[in-house]
Amino acid sequence: MPAVDQLARALHQALGADQVITDRQELRTYECDGLAHYKVVPAVVVLPRTAEECAAAVKACVEAGVPFVARGSGTGLSGGALPHADGALIVTSQLRRIVEVAPQDERAVVEPGVINLNVSKAANPHGYYYAPDPSSQQICSIGGNVAENSGGAHCLKYGFTTNHVIGAQIVTPDGDLVQLGGRTPDAPGYDLLGAFVGSEGTLGIATEIIVRLTRLPESVRTLLAAFDTTDDAGAATSAIIGAGVVPAAIEMMDALAIEAAEAAVHCGYPEGAGAVLIVELDGPSADVEAQFADVEALCREHSAFEIRIAGDDAERALFWKGRKSAFAAVGRISPDYIVQDGVIPRTALPEVLHRIGEISRQHGVRVANVFHAGDGNLHPLVLFDDAVEGQAEHAEEVSGAILDLCIEYGGSITGEHGVGMDKAKHMPRMFTDDDLDTMQLLRCAFDPRGLANPGKIFPTPRLCGEVPGRRRAPHPLQEAGVAEVF
Amino acid sequence: MEGIQPAGPDDVIAGVAARFVARPETTEEAAAVVREAVARNLTIVARGAGTKQHWALPPNRLDLIVDTSALRGVTEHAAGDLIAVIRAGTPLREVHDVLAPAHQQLALDGALPDATVGGTVAVSTSGPRRMLYGTVRDLLIGVTVIRPDGAIAKAGGKVVKNVAGYDLGKLVAGSYGTLGLIAECVFRLHPLPATGAYVWRDVETADEAARIAAAVIGAQVVPSALEIDAPADGGYTVGVLLEGVPTGVEQRVQTVEKLLSGDTSTGDTSPAWWGRYPWADGDVGLKLTAPLSQVHHLLKAARAPVALRGSAGTGVFYAGIPGDTDPGLIANLVSDLRAEARAGGGHCVVLTAPESIRDRLDVWGPVDGLTLMRRVKEQFDPDGRFAPGRFVGGI
Repeated sequence: MPAVDQLARALHQALGADQVITDRQELRTYECDGLAHYKVVPAVVVLPRTAEECAAAVKACVEAGVPFVARGSGTGLSGGALPHADGALIVTSQLRRIVEVAPQDERAVVEPGVINLNVSKAANPHGYYYAPDPSSQQICSIGGNVAENSGGAHCLKYGFTTNHVIGAQIVTPDGDLVQLGGRTPDAPGYDLLGAFVGSEGTLGIATEIIVRLTRLPESVRTLLAAFDTTDDAGAATSAIIGAGVVPAAIEMMDALAIEAAEAAVHCGYPEGAGAVLIVELDGPSADVEAQFADVEALCREHSAFEIRIAGDDAERALFWKGRKSAFAAVGRISPDYIVQDGVIPRTALPEVLHRIGEISRQHGVRVANVFHAGDGNLHPLVLFDDAVEGQAEHAEEVSGAILDLCIEYGGSITGEHGVGMDKAKHMPRMFTDDDLDTMQLLRCAFDPRGLANPGKIFPTPRLCGEVPGRRRAPHPLQEAGVAEVF
Repeated sequence: MEGIQPAGPDDVIAGVAARFVARPETTEEAAAVVREAVARNLTIVARGAGTKQHWALPPNRLDLIVDTSALRGVTEHAAGDLIAVIRAGTPLREVHDVLAPAHQQLALDGALPDATVGGTVAVSTSGPRRMLYGTVRDLLIGVTVIRPDGAIAKAGGKVVKNVAGYDLGKLVAGSYGTLGLIAECVFRLHPLPATGAYVWRDVETADEAARIAAAVIGAQVVPSALEIDAPADGGYTVGVLLEGVPTGVEQRVQTVEKLLSGDTSTGDTSPAWWGRYPWADGDVGLKLTAPLSQVHHLLKAARAPVALRGSAGTGVFYAGIPGDTDPGLIANLVSDLRAEARAGGGHCVVLTAPESIRDRLDVWGPVDGLTLMRRVKEQFDPDGRFAPGRFVGGI
């Protein structure tokens, strides 16, 4: 009997029949995640309702020698939850209980299928919220956030998922339930939880997650500043950071991104702006007032031609609406687009934007820029029309050239979307063979059979048990003359 | 560099004398030392300033001490990007001095300012201000390690936001030198606050201390630190550190003074006990954790001769027991405190104890995920070359 049939039978025995999908038509529902141009129909889909069922599903995969991929809401943008054609897709969306909200401990315990925003909704009545806020927070799941170490607009001040998860029960790739971290910080032993968060489903599946809740701020102030150029907006950003202010968020959009947002959601940003900044400060009232005045002055000093200050939550929501809808909005001005996710040192922003402009002109491909300016996380949107022959390839080239820039300036190939399937091939440009082999050591400790989400993150992983090669080439970044070994 | 040399009389780790010592000056030299140690089958313990060498368990075999003190200096400070690249042997004090003129800081405070960056990362020590800024795991964004086989490997990078590849910095932080030699670290920095103020008050009971602490946490004052000091001879002090712009700090100080509702003291310097471990050389030192709502149980469990001190804002405490206490009593106190910590879902680890007492104690206590941890060690260091026996479960 083929391994997959054996697996399906075992899954039917271990879980209810309605929790195992083998019908080809139904399986197609799961053929991609948020990165929809990669499609693979999984051999079988499993929908566990408890941690034990999830562990049983993994055990069944191990016994059948079949790879498995975990999936939450399927909103990931790097193909991290792209199924394996001969494998199982374990969907955690049925594990959706908020187990506990403990404001007195500043903790909540949730299952992986719980939607990000629902954690905050449960905590809000107690004066708390869950800080990581990816743009997809209305639909993305905490389990997916843990796998990808999701960020969000406010991670400049508050950090990423990894800074807000203090414990997790996981199913190891052996099918065992293990507790990592706990209700209190600094559990003795290796920080396996820290290594697990952001491991993109290659070290196991989280079945219960303990998150830190953050006190809702007393005051939130938001301004929208319009500039003639992205240079001015970039200079204003540098000035704000240089003044020792740590805003909750600083977001930038360029003219093309603004045009798209206007077309889609009519956010009413100032006309003629070459760039807008959204700057948000939060915290104790007196501190926010003082720093907000500084931020406003710094924007004016750096040639903002219009500054709007949100008078209430509705106005703040309108400022954010343009920004948060930017990805989808680009669909209004272009039939197809690639969302890129790269990071540069923030101070290189003006230079890199000019170079992106040059690349865009050279290739005749339009690029709309939306980014978290405070931490140098770029989201260029590369526009193309798939119906026109050759455009998709051009767009891919431009998208790749932008990643080259990120590496050249000492940044990263991904700030928050993850490596997944999409960027595995770029990893050797950021890391040496030794670096990648070292990461494999961790993987082999968790997953000696290589069954957990194979083919993601790493381009050509060595097999567990294989002795790392004695490759002694200089680091690619050293070779390019942009960095010392660090 | 002179390579591997015979050890001197001071080259002793937790009571175990080394045979050799090496003091590499570059990452490449450090890698060469490790490769030579592999060739000669020597076990290795890394040593920075030596401030925590008596912590944890002694190595069960020690051939070579790799002294990181020559791997020193802040090699890059990109002030505009709020990051710094720092070599492992650099003392925290020096890091502070280099960053302060740019009004920036590496927000790792604590009791051991002479400790090196490498040692601080390896043990993941933290101080009162972890409440606002987090700990090593939150601030370390890139790391270069010499693997136990002598290869140089790095993870992370020089930008704060980066999810490319496994975050091996997290694995190295708090690993007590058992996964390799930390050579260089990249940290995210924070601006130095324009001003800061301490507000503190003495109270008589554990319940009152805990009640005040909860009130401060529930208020909108965003403390950088919230500490409770419970000396062995009784009484409690609750202390709050507020940092920020002057108008903001001024207003928050007033709020906290009201919350502390009594005879408060306010100043721009800390009370004497602040940020120090509640033990002296030769004493027993413990680290205990508790959920915030269970802190009062820990406070009550710590009775004379135990001194307790730590962060009521994060539930991380330190306890000291005089080293001349009857060893049987010490063992009982540790086991009682551990039971109390564990009842609330926390932990209790013996950080330091005199040799004679240490052997009678379960230093690390119960550890979740030990099987996976052993497998990680087996992958990274199959020969058990780095700091063998110092860590959890005999790792």
